[in-house]
Amino acid sequence: MNFVLNEEQQMLADTVARFVQTEYAFEVRRQRLAATAQAAPGYSDALWSQLAEMGLFGLNVPETHGGIGAGPVETMIVMEALGRGLVLEPFLTTGVIAARLIATHGSVAQKDRFLGPIAAGELRFALAALEPQSRYDLHDVATTARRGGAGWVLDGSKSVVLHGDSADWLIVTARTHASPTADEGLTLLLVDARAPGIAAQGFATIDGQRVAEIDFEGVHVDEIATIGEVDQGLQLIEWAVDQGLAALAAEAVGAMDRLTELTCEHLATRKQFGVAIGSFQALQHRAADMRIAVEQARALALMAAARVACTDARERSRAASAAKAMVGRSGRFVGQQATQLHGGMGMTDEMACGHYFKRLTAIDMTWGNTEHHVERYGELL
Amino acid sequence: MDLRDSPEEQQFRAEVRSFVAAELPDDIRRKVLGFLRVEREDYVRWQRILARRGWGAPGWPAVHGGCGWNAVQRNIFDEECFGAGAPRQMPFGLSMIAPVLMKYGTPEQQSRFLPRIVTMDDWWCQGYSEPGAGSDLASLKTRAERSGSHYVVTGQKTWTSFAQWANWMFALVRTASDGKPQRGISLLLIPMDSKGITVRPIKTLDGGFDVNEVFLDGVEVPAENLVGTENDGWTLAKYLLGHERTAIAGLGMCKRLLRRLKEIARTQFKRGRPLIDDPRFRDKVAAIEIEVLAHEWALARLISLEQSGRGLGAEPSMLKIRGSQIQADIGELLMECAGPFAVPYVEAAMELAYTGPVAGGIELNPLTGVYLDLRKVAIYGGTNEIQRGLIGKSLVGL
Repeated sequence: MNFVLNEEQQMLADTVARFVQTEYAFEVRRQRLAATAQAAPGYSDALWSQLAEMGLFGLNVPETHGGIGAGPVETMIVMEALGRGLVLEPFLTTGVIAARLIATHGSVAQKDRFLGPIAAGELRFALAALEPQSRYDLHDVATTARRGGAGWVLDGSKSVVLHGDSADWLIVTARTHASPTADEGLTLLLVDARAPGIAAQGFATIDGQRVAEIDFEGVHVDEIATIGEVDQGLQLIEWAVDQGLAALAAEAVGAMDRLTELTCEHLATRKQFGVAIGSFQALQHRAADMRIAVEQARALALMAAARVACTDARERSRAASAAKAMVGRSGRFVGQQATQLHGGMGMTDEMACGHYFKRLTAIDMTWGNTEHHVERYGELL
Repeated sequence: MDLRDSPEEQQFRAEVRSFVAAELPDDIRRKVLGFLRVEREDYVRWQRILARRGWGAPGWPAVHGGCGWNAVQRNIFDEECFGAGAPRQMPFGLSMIAPVLMKYGTPEQQSRFLPRIVTMDDWWCQGYSEPGAGSDLASLKTRAERSGSHYVVTGQKTWTSFAQWANWMFALVRTASDGKPQRGISLLLIPMDSKGITVRPIKTLDGGFDVNEVFLDGVEVPAENLVGTENDGWTLAKYLLGHERTAIAGLGMCKRLLRRLKEIARTQFKRGRPLIDDPRFRDKVAAIEIEVLAHEWALARLISLEQSGRGLGAEPSMLKIRGSQIQADIGELLMECAGPFAVPYVEAAMELAYTGPVAGGIELNPLTGVYLDLRKVAIYGGTNEIQRGLIGKSLVGL
């Protein structure tokens, strides 16, 4: 193993870091957020285009379709850098999940139709996997797709669809075979987000992103939009979410690493009783424990990047769940300690500390919190 | 030792419970229990209901118009009010400046201010912390210079809770700067509508605006608004912080949060059964309930010791630490109840009248904000690090 970035990887990291430095100064981000968070898309189209020009959306697209053909390691590098800057443009669902899902499991027609536009940043995807009753269980799908016309007719509801109110396409799980919790009978569909019968209600989130609650009523979906085999969608959605979990873990590492740095800067500069508060051992020890937590999170984010593309589903899912459980726990710890060490300033919306804490909290509660992923890992022991 | 409530205590508890059940307005109760925004007018309305019953000032001696209750009675009263969903009685007037006025104020100050605190005709805020003076309060820099019959006050206060609603502030100001920093501090009562005062709200993590910066620019304060002796304000400040020290335990809040946690865990489902019946989640609820029980009995013991005249040392600091940790932990579990719905947040739905859409149940919308907001308890009123320092010093004796 070699954990040192090669020249291309270092360039990638530097490119995203420069983007963060020029476009994501804290005050600039805060003002942009105040202007954009309450309505779709909730982020800047211009910055989205910049990310596309940097080639990020082609990262997980094969060269044959106009991409770079990189993989989970490069994804990790990018996500960590985005996490350090609390970047709002949703690279994850389009640039990682949709690109990897279609490139790996899509039909030839789907690859030809979607991968080029994805790499060019021309299409936006969202993952509609959770439902009002499902909590974090991907197999708990009440949405149905029945045969009709030249394809499927889709009925049901999806919940907390990340950036579902700005997506062009939705990746939807639907039950095509009875019994709502059985492992078989799910099918993965690509659904045009503007198709008749779809109603999306968008909401702001605690961390300045957007989610949508989406209802499907008699929505017609072409046969060609089926990803993979009919009735075999559960394995695919687990695969797709695992790709997302590995990427989210890397984003969390970037966020908690930066938050730990900011906290240590505060300890070194904030004076009380005539000295920097970082000279107090009780506070140094808290900072030390934060650093340890970041290191553990980074370790498992790396492991997830190493294993998330492997063909053994059990090994892949264990790695993704282990990483998500660890970053959930570590992120919560780091966020809480950072708040405490910032004192009153940590409780305000006016300092970066709180924004990192909120993003880490949201990451923890997205696609399964620590409790869920410890439980899932246990089921895969 | 008799570890049972006395008949008098039982009777008192029943009396408070039935009064609160009958008199607490339903809209206020729903706001408080649902973690929705509570307005100035709600606090005032409830305080006046209590005042009409003669219960406006539970901690005050009867001679000043208070209930004259002992610490056990006050604790029962707090628990019952909190449990029923009453807003907390604002402490800034009732349990902060009032006891100081009773001990150090002139008869004129007492008769002018105390009655209006009970009826909440005045809303007080606390001008203590400054940008450079938090845990190290004695390093405060806001200056007050005597000029004829006035002090002229210039400086900045911060984290001033509810300054936006207050018409009075009690403030620690520097009247001399030679010698130890604790010397040369004075306590002034400042009308918030004075010329030269600017209040800037600070947006907090949960999106609320309960704390503020208060800028004072050449504010003229009549000299008669000095409390106690000039330059001796630190004695008053310590007296203020040392008053009702066991209230810092926040037991009423802990129990209310726990009850709400169990309610919500019954309404949310995981894998087809209520979350409260999921072994993983149930264990967490059980574990935190055990912590609350320990907190409750520790508090009861200390109140009893205090009442028997033993005096307390660093014990209130222990109560503060445990209370803040329990509140933070329950906040975390409340957020976990919401599952994926912990992420979306509709600010407008924090108003009771909101009828628009939310993601998940309306009861889930505030929960992540509650989690974030409850982190403050370990920071305010002396951070937990300061409290641990006090406990450590009292133990080791160095």
